[in-house]
Amino acid sequence: MKADATLDCFGLYCPVPIVKTAQKIKELNTGQILEVLADDKGIKQDMPAWCKATGNECLGIEESGGEIKAYVRKTQK
Amino acid sequence: MTIVVFSGELDKALAAFIIATTGASMGMDVTMFFTFWGLNILKKNEAKMGGKGFKQKMFSLLNKGGTKRLKLSHFHMFGLGTWMMKLVMKDSHYPSIDEFITMAKEMGVKMIPCSTTCGMFGLTDVSFRSGVESIAGAAYFLGEARQSKVTLFI
Repeated sequence: MKADATLDCFGLYCPVPIVKTAQKIKELNTGQILEVLADDKGIKQDMPAWCKATGNECLGIEESGGEIKAYVRKTQK
Repeated sequence: MTIVVFSGELDKALAAFIIATTGASMGMDVTMFFTFWGLNILKKNEAKMGGKGFKQKMFSLLNKGGTKRLKLSHFHMFGLGTWMMKLVMKDSHYPSIDEFITMAKEMGVKMIPCSTTCGMFGLTDVSFRSGVESIAGAAYFLGEARQSKVTLFI
């Protein structure tokens, strides 16, 4: 998936990837896509929950060999 | 979200700040009310002996507080366990309790010292690190808590 920005959260545990996502998404314009790279498995449940709470769109989560990529479209006001 | 931080142990403080910062990043208004041993988390590390009279002075001497003096609730083992825990956190690039406090403040989390504990132990606004809100009482906490959907006691 083509992203407008990437956030590297490899090696970081909950809640740091989510906290960093919340900070990073502020830099994006509405409609842009943020790619979050992580290896903490919690993010698979956390990112959809965070998106639901903040009004962003979770486009999908890909996992391969322990590497997790989460895609978020900024739709929050 | 409102959190009563009653405990003054490192692990419990971390749990409180993990929930608080996550809540703030999810767009929640977060208020943390620090009471009893929880106040030790907010005390300055370099706090001098304070309070009025012998009893308060003894308390401030024996219960100095500050993030550097926080112990684990289990496995403290005369400091060895706590030291190991801090090393493990560092190895995992996990934020320290000081970093969590700074992060929480930047994210708009309100940290409020309990007025009764402050009064009994002879603590004032200058006893605490910067970024802490004014001392307040239970009514203020409940005023916030009754409007919040999540209230925790740690």
